[in-house]
Amino acid sequence: MNTPLSWIKAYVPELEVTAKEYTDAMTLSGTKVEGYECLDKNLEKIVVGQIKKIERHPDADKLIICQVDVGDREIQIVTGASNVKENDKVPVVLDGGKVAGGHDGEPLPEAGIKIKKGKLRGVESEGMMCSIEELGSSREMYKDAPESGIYILKPDAKVGTDAVELLGLHDVVFEYEITSNRVDCYSVLGIAREAAATFHKEFVPPVIKVTGNQERVEDYISVEVVDKDLCPRYCARVVKNIKIEPSPEWMQRRLAACGIRPINNIVDITNYVMEEYGQPMHAFDLDTVSGKKIIVKRAANGETFQTLDGQIRNLDENILMICDAEKAVGIAGIMGGENSKITDDVKTMLFEAACFDGTNIRLSAKRLGLRTDASGKFEKGLDPNNAEDAINRACQLIEELGAGEVVGGIVDVYHAKKEEKRIPFCPDKINQLLGTQIKEEEMLEIFKKLELEYEESTKEIVIPSFRQDLECGADIAEEVARFFGYDNIPTTLPTGEATTGKLSYKLRIEQTARNIAEFCGFSEGMTYSFESPKVFDKLLLPKDSPLRNTVVISNPLGEDFSIMRTTTLNGMLTSLAANYNRRNKAVRLYELGNIYIPKALPLTEIPDERMQFTLGMYGDGDFFSMKGVIEEFLEKTGLSEKIHYEVKTEKPFLHPGRQADIIYQNKVIGYLGEVHPQVQENYDIGERVIVAVLDMPEIEPFTTYERKYTGVAKYPAVTRDISMVMPKSISVGKVEEVIEKKGGKILESYQLFDIYEGSQIMEGYKSVAYSIVFRAKDKTLEDKEVTEAMNRILKALQGMGIELRQ
Amino acid sequence: MESNRLKQIKEEALKQIESSNALDKLNEIRINYLGKKGELTSLLKGMKDIKAEERPKFGQMVNEARQAIEDMLEESKKKLMQVAREEQLKLEVIDVTLPAKKNNVGHRHPNMITLEEVERIFIGMGYEVVEGPEVEYAYYNFEALNIPENHPARDEQDTFYIDDKILLRTQTSPVQVRMMEKKKLPIRILAPGRVYRSDEVDATHSPCFHQIEGLVIDKNITFADLKGTLQEFAKELFGPQTKVKFRPHHFPFTEPSAEVDVTCFKCGGKGCRMCKGSGWIEILGCGMVHPRVLEMSGIDPEEYSGFAFGVGLERITLLKYEIDDMRLLYENDVRFLKQF
Repeated sequence: MNTPLSWIKAYVPELEVTAKEYTDAMTLSGTKVEGYECLDKNLEKIVVGQIKKIERHPDADKLIICQVDVGDREIQIVTGASNVKENDKVPVVLDGGKVAGGHDGEPLPEAGIKIKKGKLRGVESEGMMCSIEELGSSREMYKDAPESGIYILKPDAKVGTDAVELLGLHDVVFEYEITSNRVDCYSVLGIAREAAATFHKEFVPPVIKVTGNQERVEDYISVEVVDKDLCPRYCARVVKNIKIEPSPEWMQRRLAACGIRPINNIVDITNYVMEEYGQPMHAFDLDTVSGKKIIVKRAANGETFQTLDGQIRNLDENILMICDAEKAVGIAGIMGGENSKITDDVKTMLFEAACFDGTNIRLSAKRLGLRTDASGKFEKGLDPNNAEDAINRACQLIEELGAGEVVGGIVDVYHAKKEEKRIPFCPDKINQLLGTQIKEEEMLEIFKKLELEYEESTKEIVIPSFRQDLECGADIAEEVARFFGYDNIPTTLPTGEATTGKLSYKLRIEQTARNIAEFCGFSEGMTYSFESPKVFDKLLLPKDSPLRNTVVISNPLGEDFSIMRTTTLNGMLTSLAANYNRRNKAVRLYELGNIYIPKALPLTEIPDERMQFTLGMYGDGDFFSMKGVIEEFLEKTGLSEKIHYEVKTEKPFLHPGRQADIIYQNKVIGYLGEVHPQVQENYDIGERVIVAVLDMPEIEPFTTYERKYTGVAKYPAVTRDISMVMPKSISVGKVEEVIEKKGGKILESYQLFDIYEGSQIMEGYKSVAYSIVFRAKDKTLEDKEVTEAMNRILKALQGMGIELRQ
Repeated sequence: MESNRLKQIKEEALKQIESSNALDKLNEIRINYLGKKGELTSLLKGMKDIKAEERPKFGQMVNEARQAIEDMLEESKKKLMQVAREEQLKLEVIDVTLPAKKNNVGHRHPNMITLEEVERIFIGMGYEVVEGPEVEYAYYNFEALNIPENHPARDEQDTFYIDDKILLRTQTSPVQVRMMEKKKLPIRILAPGRVYRSDEVDATHSPCFHQIEGLVIDKNITFADLKGTLQEFAKELFGPQTKVKFRPHHFPFTEPSAEVDVTCFKCGGKGCRMCKGSGWIEILGCGMVHPRVLEMSGIDPEEYSGFAFGVGLERITLLKYEIDDMRLLYENDVRFLKQF
């Protein structure tokens, strides 16, 4: 919404503010000014001049020398413009002045263009005559400007006076962000009312005079609203003997300042009233309306209709149409028909100001793919009481402008009159909600400015119909707060019962995950929650993989963002690939993000959102460094028992010989592995990639941050090394199981210190060496005890076909 | 006669010690004079030839001489060791400008750094950080927040729908409702999380981003409390000089509502490119929880009141770190991540 300050001032005559003051104050009272444009920006020392004499330039065919009267003197101006003649009155920028732009209509330079005295082909020129483009505007807005050349002013312009003033350019256009609840502020009058209240000035709306001749409108037209639910009110008036001509300059200027191109008196009046009252109107050529009748009803399915832009529209039964006795003549609230549009030789016109159901208009406009200024206003849900004022205002302007003869009376079909709203006024409650001590009188003062009437007998506030946003006590409190000033409300902190500030337990574990990952050199990434179903092929998942059962977005931004992810791997691999592609070496990334697992498809309830702790790396570190990171994390979160790794082969996106499930207390809590070379290739990563994914909801029940001190060892430890040769097929995990099982109470720890396969070792075998540490808490161990434990271990190992080497 | 000899030995020894420049030399001197066969020892052995009445005095003289030699030996040893240490230190000089051996610690995502900063501030004020589902019922995302069916805010242009009842939440506000429904009052929560809007990816838009929702419900909560709380927050996050401006605004689930601007943290309010010359930067929306929202969640608005606010996490991250393209946040280039 744009309005020029001059138009606001027309209804708040006492308003005297700078653009900055206006912006700040209006924004703080709730009408946010997004920005403003001074129409006279860079227009300096520009006066009305009159050309007294024109001579040819002695040395240039295309230049002429003009003697121009600028009021206090006559100056000489050399110009290349060909449209001026002697006695013309023109805008003249004097020596040292400024214009907004060049005559070519290119974007305006920020600092304007300075005009100085100078010589053109040897002849002195003391200023410049201006085109409309040089004055920062365009022919669109100043219809009387020539296609190229100097803007010629009206003959009654007074020589020597301010030409910028004359052109109505000493004005500021404000752009507002109107919130959706304030439908009334999508109009000049609505904003003017707010401005008056904000600056404590009187609001003087236009006085609508009774208009019309002695005839009766009913003799010209009748209106029947069939679908009452979609059209709460329909007002119609008739104008005859129409004279189409340009609208007066003042009206053209106001529309132009709002960014609306002046067309002719009839179109301009409709646009003017739409801006002023926020009520869209439509004009039909009454001679094309058959049966002297307007019927408002839903279209039939499959019906087509040609709108006034020439397009054929496909209708359906939810689109409301304006029809005559035989045919449709317009799509209600959206666009009129080609068959009934106003042409230059219109004689009699039907004016419509109606109120349509906002939602229906919005949905219809969307289905039709036809959003117009009118539908944009209607879809907000207009006040039906505004329609009558607007149509009468338009008829008043028709008469004032001499654009036609208004027929007496109005056809007004208003079947369900809007009920008056009343809200109880409780000053104490308002103060209690705001934390203020505003006096009742002060509140009543604010209400008065906003045209909210107070009825003392019932202690109620009567809400004017244009304030559709006011519905309950809190709304009233906001009105008080806005004009008391949000700035003036004190600042306090909540009192009352103390609460404990903390992270939820889930988030606390995630914080630990972040810390550990970062200690281990992984940086945190974030990837989108939705992706393309094609990623499953990229990850080599079979067609029947349960991961392909996804939550599907019905209106995605495109296939690439169409399903909610069921694995975080694609995000991780895509991020690693981006790094690889940019030649970043040795990259380690992690992400904490959800996957979305449907409980049933189609969804009967919201899916299971599972937080995944995903780690990925290339270039430095292997499978076992990844295991290290996982174990650091699990240890830190209190998973103190042994982590098992179950050899796996079936995850298609991982190397079949380098993948494992991570098991804790017989539960799979995640997996890790090297990415399958094919997948690596699919993502264009030229190095081996190791990934790990931990399923946080599985881990959470095992976690604890409780620790008990168990003492530090006082007695010496005994270390024994064993070395063995075993078939490759036996994993060292089996050896460790034996050590743990047979080591007994005195087993403290064990560590693999050598593993070797190759020459000197039989084909299919590997040599493995462990260092085993024994210790007792309460005494120094005797050799005998250690030997007994060792024998148990060795015997068990031998039983598995492992050969011991001494 | 013997005492002259003693004097001579002592002087000789001290002289030798003084002129010696190595530890083994000192040891040699010790053996030569104080050892079992040393000169001083042999002098003592000749005590029997001295008259009985002179013996104690002579003995004392020998001991004094021995002490003097020992002291001198010790002192010299210390000096020599000091010299040796200094020599050693000179040899061990390193080039301290050689590159550091870093542990290559990873880096938190800038979004997360901002979020943890915000969490820290509100945890200090007694808020619990909680979460809610991202794939949410339309009821929680809209109806329960006073956004009825057919409200323009529910338009498909902005919202990703799964079906007509389930959608990707467009805001973190549904967590408000879920918390209120639990009816454990008072409530002081902060609910960060991902939200989704149907915006094409560009430098300032992302279809998936984060919000941080705050909610306080208690008896006697006022708009002044909301102002005070957010003022504290802004000062903590952006620095104590930060000024806060509350502008009236409209949200369906709060009344009165406000948008909050803070003085531009780049120019301090003078006006710069970052704040588009205004000196202010909009950081959040807030308001008093709408009585209808309280009612729908089963809380009596006559007894309880509350406030809520919603902060765009990416917006603050981008502004705070002067990141000029939102896409950088989701590319995960380590050269970007390492800067935080």
